[in-house]
Amino acid sequence: MIIIGEKISVIAKKVREAMNARDPKPIQELAYAQWKAGAHFIDVNTGPAEEKGEELMQWMVESIQEKVQAPLCLDTTNASALEAGLKAHNNKWGMPLINSTSNDPERFIMLELAAKYNSNIIALTVGKGGLPADAEERCGLAAEIMARAAEFGVPLENIFLDPLILQVCTTQDQAMHSIKAIKMFQELNDPPMKTVVGLSNISNGVPKNMRGLIDRVYLTLLMYEGLTAAIMNPLDKELMDTLKTTDVFLGKTLYAHSYLEM
Amino acid sequence: MSYIIPKESYNGKVLSVDFGKGNNALTVGGGNCLPFLSFEGELPHPPVIAYEIQDTVPEDWPDTVKNIYKDVSANPVTWAQYCQNELKAKALALRLVSTHPDRENRSTEDVAKIIKEVLAAIEVPLIILGSNHIEKDASVLVAAAEAASGSNCIIGKAQEGNYKTIVAAALAHNHKLIAMSELDINLAKQLNILITQMGFAKEKLITDPMCSALGYGLEYTYSVMERIRLAGLLQNDATMQPPILGDVGMYVWKVKETVASESDVPEWGTLEERGIAWEALTATGMLIAGTNLLIMRHPKAVKITEQTINELI
Repeated sequence: MIIIGEKISVIAKKVREAMNARDPKPIQELAYAQWKAGAHFIDVNTGPAEEKGEELMQWMVESIQEKVQAPLCLDTTNASALEAGLKAHNNKWGMPLINSTSNDPERFIMLELAAKYNSNIIALTVGKGGLPADAEERCGLAAEIMARAAEFGVPLENIFLDPLILQVCTTQDQAMHSIKAIKMFQELNDPPMKTVVGLSNISNGVPKNMRGLIDRVYLTLLMYEGLTAAIMNPLDKELMDTLKTTDVFLGKTLYAHSYLEM
Repeated sequence: MSYIIPKESYNGKVLSVDFGKGNNALTVGGGNCLPFLSFEGELPHPPVIAYEIQDTVPEDWPDTVKNIYKDVSANPVTWAQYCQNELKAKALALRLVSTHPDRENRSTEDVAKIIKEVLAAIEVPLIILGSNHIEKDASVLVAAAEAASGSNCIIGKAQEGNYKTIVAAALAHNHKLIAMSELDINLAKQLNILITQMGFAKEKLITDPMCSALGYGLEYTYSVMERIRLAGLLQNDATMQPPILGDVGMYVWKVKETVASESDVPEWGTLEERGIAWEALTATGMLIAGTNLLIMRHPKAVKITEQTINELI
């Protein structure tokens, strides 16, 4: 499974301070630690980044790729900042990933950028009209985004469909709707569409000591339905052990007594 | 509409392992597709066959193969030279059977002397094998590694019960290493992990999932080898990417098809032909399963197998 390391986010105080001070070291260390722990992409969340967004994203991309030989997941709602990130991105270690577009016309600019820079892109199956009610509605939105992507010239294999994980503590029934959507998304194309989730959304709002457990069990259920990628914390050893164990059950990793150490 | 050959794409690559020195050094592995499917990828190094020689007269070999070496096998040096010079062997595998406690129980000092003499007499790369006695091999192979220091040999076999000292010796004297497990895919992976966790580079490993002769469990060996290749190539499992060894000769030249006399089973045809065919066919099965390095005994079986390799690459 593709792991997208989530730790470099404007929401984290330490990261935000380093961003503001343009101090590369804490950001590079966090990126490096995630990469070594098994992340395939490093998410770079600069938030809305309205002021000096372009310069900030460029600086982030260059600083991180100075130390980490992996592609990045560029995560901002500011399209011109995102474009600056794509320009700075070193594609030697893989195509970047845009986070994200949706069926909201305001987000179509992201598809344009994905085509222009030959980037992967996450497509959230939400539209302008609020949250999707169930898996079927998510599939309908996915089909519309896929048609839109074709108009912009984004190949379907570059798209990661995201069912939008909602918190279990307030919308319990949505947990299963999203899992069903992961299964249904794959049937929208042959070869199957790729899928992604923002895993920790599921445990938003639950007591802190229960979040790890909820994330782990939910990840296993998603992987069973064929999830391609997850935005998650690769530094959470129990979560990574769960992922590796699920891969053993699914036959994606050959068992050996030391499989957790690999 | 023209026919388009369906192609599998692979994520991983078999590691390249070189052994020997100078112009005669050899490399095995390095491919990024299944055996002989060169339309799907690159197979830079064809499989290599090493002639098996021993440090004592091979009394337990059947006449068919023992007689070929009867004038040279009293001394491993003359035997090695015969294989290299007369049979044009590209590599040799010296099995130190006399060190086994149930045979002559030879000492590590003797081992060191034999290794040095053989290495001084040959130019082709050398594989050094113990007697497959777990405890004794732990000391024999350490002495052998030291005696062969600097010659870039392959030594083995390191097994679950003795790998630590053998790995340390291979590491200290810069040799390649055979990691052997007994027809157990999970143990094969585990042993590779344990060895690399000692600081031994996976790029210097050769994996031996244990061989077997045609008619005596070849299908088990085949499945394990195939699964190792698929894990390494399709799942990009880095622990399953070393080249594979097929130690064919020792498993073939004891089964009844290579031993039973013509008077006992006249319907089976000529004993010599039967034995050669048995070894060549077993080796060919191993090659198709993914073997990169073979150890064999009969020159005619080696020639047939080399011809098969040349026709398939």
